[in-house]
Amino acid sequence: MSARLFALQRLTAFVLAVAVAIHLATILYAVQGGLTAGEILARTHGNLAFLAFYLVFVSAVAIHAPIGLRNVVREWTPWHGRSLDVVVLLFALLLFVLGFRAIFAVFTS
Amino acid sequence: MRETESATLKVEVWRGAADGRFQAFAVPRRTHQTVLDVVTEIQREQDSTLSYRFACRVGMCGSCAMVVNDRPRWACRTRVSDVVGDGSLLRLEPLRNFTVVKDLAVEMTQFFDKWKEARGSFEPGPAPEQDFAVVAPATPERQAANAGIECIGCGVCYSACDVVAWDPHYLGPAALNRAWTLVNDVRDRGQDARLQAISGGCGCQACHTHMNCTQFCPKQIAPTYSIAGLKRAVMKRTLRGRP
Repeated sequence: MSARLFALQRLTAFVLAVAVAIHLATILYAVQGGLTAGEILARTHGNLAFLAFYLVFVSAVAIHAPIGLRNVVREWTPWHGRSLDVVVLLFALLLFVLGFRAIFAVFTS
Repeated sequence: MRETESATLKVEVWRGAADGRFQAFAVPRRTHQTVLDVVTEIQREQDSTLSYRFACRVGMCGSCAMVVNDRPRWACRTRVSDVVGDGSLLRLEPLRNFTVVKDLAVEMTQFFDKWKEARGSFEPGPAPEQDFAVVAPATPERQAANAGIECIGCGVCYSACDVVAWDPHYLGPAALNRAWTLVNDVRDRGQDARLQAISGGCGCQACHTHMNCTQFCPKQIAPTYSIAGLKRAVMKRTLRGRP
């Protein structure tokens, strides 16, 4: 793994450690009072704090996960070349697109 | 020899190269007998074709390293009673992760080539200092170098390393430990090239921190911590924008 990928993976891990904790704590807190999906969407609609938090969260996931996946593939299979980097990059783009699509869907609904 | 121990030791020794097999021997047990004593007795008394390495016999050279009952050790510093207990089977294999030359002797060229790849030699720079460098013993750099400097290149850590087993190109604990001692040498002028050399796909970031190297090092060195230090040094270098 190159030094840059290593640094990116570690730095996004710091972000994820906090973001995942907030994400899970919020879910657990939100369902305590028996909120419906409609009531939750009413709170997230137009909420800039929600938007900013999940843009950071999804970006960290889309960087962190593909690097880890690349490491696993390189260690456990003979697949090492440029084709692996391309596939992993496409996977990162997929995570970005799906994640951002979900965030904006919740933000604007 | 304790009274409960059997008088004869069964020894299985690897014979041949990679496609070899174990050969059984029986050796009399003796007081304070070491594994090197056993191997020497087999070669001198039973089979003169047995190949193995040793030089100093006292734990200074590291050349007698081999796998003893599934663990990499120095044969000269391993008492038979410590590894077989009251049992009677001693199984001897060549070091793992090395190409076997014959029996218990392995090819170490690749191991030492990796020390060169990791820039494991002192780089004085184009204009070496004319005077003695003053390195205070209490400085953190000197302490960090001290912690890893006693490595004698026996290959035990390399044999124990899972990452080397997965990826034969991984530099390995010994070469990276050597690089770390030099990273902490304030006189060295080759740090940038060294940090670049040890941070490729086969460098320090590949370490999984299993700590096998630290567990088995006969010199009680902790290459895992040296590698962790290299990871920090490379991270700082990367954050400064160096390629």
